[in-house]
Amino acid sequence: MSIDTKTVARIAHLARLNLPEEEQAKMASDLGKILDWVTQLDDVNVEGIEPLSNVHDMALRRRDDVISDGGHTQDILANAPAKTADFFTVPKVVE
Amino acid sequence: MTKLTDLTMTDALSGLTTKKWSASELVTAHIEAVEKARGLNAFITETPDLALKQAKESDARYASHAALAMDGLPIAIKDLYCTKGVRTTAASHILDRFVPTYESTVSQKLLDVGCVTLGKVNLDEFAMGSGGTSSFFGPTLSPWSGTDPAKAARPFVPGGSSSGSAAAVSARLAMAATGTDTGGSIRQPASFTGIVGIKPTYGRCSRWGIVAYASSLDQAGPMTRSVADAALMLKHMAGFDPKDSTSVDKDVPDYSSALGTSVKGLKIGIPHEYRIPGLNKEVDDFWQKSAAMLRDAGAEIVDIHLPHTPYSLPVYYIIAMGEASSNLARYDGVRYGLRVTGDNLNNMYENTRGQGFGQEVQRRIMMGTYVLSAGYYDAYYLKAQKVRRCIRNDFDSALSKVDAILVPTSPSTAFALGEKQEDPLQMYLEDVFTVPLNLAGLPGISVPVGLAANGLPLGVQLIGRAFDEMTLFKLAAALEKAAAFNSKPPFTA
Repeated sequence: MSIDTKTVARIAHLARLNLPEEEQAKMASDLGKILDWVTQLDDVNVEGIEPLSNVHDMALRRRDDVISDGGHTQDILANAPAKTADFFTVPKVVE
Repeated sequence: MTKLTDLTMTDALSGLTTKKWSASELVTAHIEAVEKARGLNAFITETPDLALKQAKESDARYASHAALAMDGLPIAIKDLYCTKGVRTTAASHILDRFVPTYESTVSQKLLDVGCVTLGKVNLDEFAMGSGGTSSFFGPTLSPWSGTDPAKAARPFVPGGSSSGSAAAVSARLAMAATGTDTGGSIRQPASFTGIVGIKPTYGRCSRWGIVAYASSLDQAGPMTRSVADAALMLKHMAGFDPKDSTSVDKDVPDYSSALGTSVKGLKIGIPHEYRIPGLNKEVDDFWQKSAAMLRDAGAEIVDIHLPHTPYSLPVYYIIAMGEASSNLARYDGVRYGLRVTGDNLNNMYENTRGQGFGQEVQRRIMMGTYVLSAGYYDAYYLKAQKVRRCIRNDFDSALSKVDAILVPTSPSTAFALGEKQEDPLQMYLEDVFTVPLNLAGLPGISVPVGLAANGLPLGVQLIGRAFDEMTLFKLAAALEKAAAFNSKPPFTA
């Protein structure tokens, strides 16, 4: 299956990856090859088969709805690339 | 005189108990080894001061007869485990200045039983790779060089993604190391470097605090120089953790008690489908030899079928890349990690991720985003999840008739640095024998069985029933004894 650079640019935007134009052709070719290779799954008849998302087919465990942790503001901010007081800061989003 | 860096953990422990050596002596010998072996690029971050401090505390516990289960044993931690106050990079530029304020559950458990941590070891970026070559900090080199003069010019890779763990343990820099295994990242490097590596059953070890790659497949496990050491270490890594909703609340048995017990009457399946076209002759020979050794030890060898095996690799890559694209969405330059500025918020995200992630990681994020995108989800991701169930059903059916399955670990011995780099598919094929059991959530152990004609080690892999690591340790110990692999790499520190 071939993928064009327009599709690559669209996927890169969905993934929030800045992929320079000169790298898009190579990425398109790599993805095309991988997609060709996975088409072999078309040979498998999966009618009536349930998808497997957890190998032990278990339901997620529940816990009591109580606050059991907290008060780690400084720990959480410790690796922030930019912060002001107790907040993460980002480029302006509202004019 | 005993060379302290050559000891297994079980031998080192008995010497610590009888005061033949102190934890400080043991740890100092390993710190010196780490310094001498810097050329291997096994460590991303060395923590000698922390190690010496931990060793002193350990010696104090020995002196007051309060020693812990693994007290004073120097180990290395894959740099995918978050370590409190010690930089944790996942071998990525995007995390190269990240210092966690918390400790992963598994590394905390090892600290709690007295392990000494020498530092954080190299890996493929975000554990995505099979050669140890995609690290932002440069490739890890194997201490093995082989005997083929045509290949003398280029170093060999230790395998991946747990490349630094494998290099450090085989070169005698650390007595053991933690690894993680999503599609073979413990077992393949163990096979390439002549050591033991076990991927436990999915849910056996907590994933909390381990940088996520593909959450439905990732598992932590030990890499060691003996089966006994792997049994000892896994016991202290495993266990229920309320902080990981996929960890399983089951008792952890004393794996060491399985060692040396009889394998008589155990049935070992040999799956027909693993005899892939063009299978390397030596890999096949070692596989047959290993089956014969287990037969001689009293096990019964049975032919079995796992018909969906050929589909494991494409299923694995669709699922792993889909989960990776979702997991790695968190690296946005806002809360931690690298930030590269941009004109607006979107540009900042795109610049940060474009510069922060390496080529293979970007490829997997792109592929994962594609297979999860509107219009393609059913054709790729959902289809892969359905075939995944077929693969699991194959194993369930086979393991209702046999106690374990014996297969090769990797399709070849280690490759040279620079090989298999051009075409990503070439690298993906490395995982052909290791990914099926990750998809099924089953445990697998790689045991070194010999050197190939090119002088490089080869391992074979035993696959067991879910939560039946005991049987694997029993069989692995029998195989280890029969194979008597005792070769050391040409380079040891």
